[in-house]
Amino acid sequence: MLKPLLRHTGIAAILMRDNVDTDQIIPSREMKRVSRDGLADGLFAGWRYTAPGSRVPNPDFVLNRPENHAASILVGGENFGCGSSREHAVWALKEYGFRVVIAKSFGEIFHGNCIRNGILPIALPAKQVERLAMAPAPVKLQVDLEQQTLISSQDPDRLISFEIGAFAKRLLIDGLDPIALTMTQQDQIEAFFSDDAARRPWVYSAG
Amino acid sequence: MALTLFDKLWREHRVCGVEDGADLLAIDRLLLHERTGGVALKSLKENGYRVRDPSRVYAIMDHIVSFRAGRSRNEARSPGGEAFITETRAMASEAGIHLIDTDHAGQGIVHVVAPEHGIVLPGFSLVCPDSHTCTLGALGALAWGIGSSEAEHVMATGVLRATKPKQMQVTIDGTLPPGCTAKDIALFLIAGHSAAGGKRCAIEFTGSTVDALTVEGRMTLCNMAVEFAAHSAVIAPDDKVLDYVAAHAAGETLSDELTDYWRTLRTDPDARFDFQIRIDAAKIAPQISWGTSPEDSVALDQPVPDAAPSRALDYMGLQPDQPLRGLRIDGAFIGSCTNGRLSDLQHAAEILRGRTVPAHVRAVCVPGSKSVRRAAEALGIDKIFRQAGFEWGEPGCAMCFYAGGETFPPKSRVVSSTNRNFEGRQGPGVRTHITSPAVVAACAVAGEICAPIDLPARQRVDA
Ligand code: SF4
Repeated sequence: MLKPLLRHTGIAAILMRDNVDTDQIIPSREMKRVSRDGLADGLFAGWRYTAPGSRVPNPDFVLNRPENHAASILVGGENFGCGSSREHAVWALKEYGFRVVIAKSFGEIFHGNCIRNGILPIALPAKQVERLAMAPAPVKLQVDLEQQTLISSQDPDRLISFEIGAFAKRLLIDGLDPIALTMTQQDQIEAFFSDDAARRPWVYSAG
Repeated sequence: MALTLFDKLWREHRVCGVEDGADLLAIDRLLLHERTGGVALKSLKENGYRVRDPSRVYAIMDHIVSFRAGRSRNEARSPGGEAFITETRAMASEAGIHLIDTDHAGQGIVHVVAPEHGIVLPGFSLVCPDSHTCTLGALGALAWGIGSSEAEHVMATGVLRATKPKQMQVTIDGTLPPGCTAKDIALFLIAGHSAAGGKRCAIEFTGSTVDALTVEGRMTLCNMAVEFAAHSAVIAPDDKVLDYVAAHAAGETLSDELTDYWRTLRTDPDARFDFQIRIDAAKIAPQISWGTSPEDSVALDQPVPDAAPSRALDYMGLQPDQPLRGLRIDGAFIGSCTNGRLSDLQHAAEILRGRTVPAHVRAVCVPGSKSVRRAAEALGIDKIFRQAGFEWGEPGCAMCFYAGGETFPPKSRVVSSTNRNFEGRQGPGVRTHITSPAVVAACAVAGEICAPIDLPARQRVDA
C-alpha cells in the first residue's frame, strides 16, 4: 500500500538541466543490491559527491545547499528521467524524500514509474517551470492534487494549474496498487485468454 | 478501415479499454534480466502475488555477468554483482519461470537470445524491463521496454495497462553506399532528426533499403529506435523473417496456417501515420558519434560541428571543427544487443584478418550470446580476433555499460559498436564514439579513428 498523496507542501530543489537520464539519477554502480531499498545514498551520486564512489559532498550540487536539505519537490528541465528503464531512479528519489517532480517534460517509462511509486510527476509549460526556477531560494511549493493546482511561496498570487490523467490521479490519491485494481477485471482477462488460446494456439504451446 | 501493422498488433492483444483511454493488453512473453528482473520477482513475492503463467516468463543473465573467458558460474564483472546473479537464479527457480542461466548453452544478451530461441515470434507481444526491447520489433512483434513494477503487473495478471502511442512511418529507399550498414542508417536518422525525433511514437520502418537488410541488420535498426525516443519499432515480417524463424524456433514445425497469418502482418496500403520521415539511402555515409548523445553523429570524413555545445566537447576532449579522422584511440569494443550478432562479428573480422591492433589500444570483442560465440568459433572468427590482438569474451552486456568494476580508464577514447555514448556510460570519464563494427575494427588496427578504406593494404593475407 502506497502513502496516499492528496496535498503536499515542501521545499523545491531546482535542477535546471535537460535530458537528466536515469543513470544520472542513480548510477548503475550505486545499484548494489537486489532491492528497492538502500538507494537514497546513491541518488545523483555522480554530481552529489566529489568523486565516483566517494561520499564527500560536492558543495555546488543543488541538494547539498543548506536551504535544500529538507527538499521534497524536485524541479527539472526537458525530458527528465530519459534513458535506461531502471525503476531504481524513482525508488532512489522516493527514499531520499521526494514526493513531487516538476519538469518541462518526462521520459515516458520514468513518468509511469513515478505514478506507480507514489511520486507525483507534474509536466508544466517551459515558461512556467523557468519562472518557478528563477525565484530566489528557498522556494516552497504548495501542491494540491485534488484541485490540480500549485502555488509558490515566492509568487503567492499566481495559481498554476496542471494536467494529470484520471487514472494516475486516482492511484496517487488513494495510494492504490495497480495490480489489485487490474485484478478486479480478472474475469474479463481470463475470458480473453481462453478465446485467444483457440485463436492463437502457438502462443500457448511454446515453452 | 485501413490499419497499420502496429494497429493490427495492438488490436490482436487488446483485452478491453480502461480509464484515460488506456487499454489492457495481453502479453505473450515477459523477459527479465538479473539487473531489473530480480527485483521484480522479489517484490512480486513480497506483495503476495504469484506468477499467473510461468511458462511465458524468461529470466536471462546478461547485464552483470563477467565476460572473462572461463568465468565461473556466479562471477560478476563488478563488485557485489554476484548477488544479482544468485538471487535472480533462486527467485526464478522458486517462481517456476524459464531460466537461461550463466552456464546455459543459450545464455547471452536478452535481446540477442530471444530471437535465437524462438522466444519471440512474429505477432507476439513481448515486454522486458529494459529499454532496448524494441530490438525485437524486427521480427514483426509488438515489443517494448517497461518498468520493473509493470513487469510485476504482467507476471501477476498476464496483462499490461498501456496507452496506445502515436505512429510514425520511417521510409528508407534506395541502395546503401558501400561500407554502410543498419547502424549507419540509425545514426544518420537520429543525427538528422534529433534524439527526440521519434516523438514517443511506435515507428514502422519501411522501404526498399529496409527490405534489403538482413534480419540481423533489421534488429540493429530497431534496437536504436529507443535512442530516437520512439515507443517501439516494427518491421513487417517477410520471407527472410519467416526463414529466420523456421531456422530458430526450437525445432517446431510451422504450419501453413501460421505462416499465412504472419504474412497478413503488414500495413494496409491506405493506412495513415501521424508522422512520416523519408530517407534516401544513397545519401548515407558511414557514421560515427563525436559527442555525448547518439544525435551527435556525423559522417566519418566530417569534422566536429562548428556549433557543438561546449559541455559535450569538454567531456569528449574535442574542439569545434576538429576532424575526427586521425584521432588517436585507446580502446575498441565490439559487442552489445546493437551489434553483437554473427554478421556483426563477420563484418569486423573481414577488416581484422591479417592485421593487428597496436599496443596502445585495448580491444575487446564480446559475442552477444553463446550461440553467436559458437557459430563464430565454428567459422574461425575467434582466431582472427585473437590474432589481431582482441580479447575474446564470454557473452553478456560486458563493456556496453559501466556497473562499477574494471573498464577503460577515465579520459580514454573508445570506439564502440554499442548504442549509447552518454557521459560515463562505459565508465567515469570514458569518451565513447559509437559506430558500426567494421569501423570499430578499422579504428582498432589503425590506432586512430578511420574508415576501413583508409587502411593500408594488408602485408600478408591469411591462407
Ligand atoms: S547490451 Fe547494452 S544496451 Fe543492450 S541490453 Fe545490455 S546493457 Fe542494455
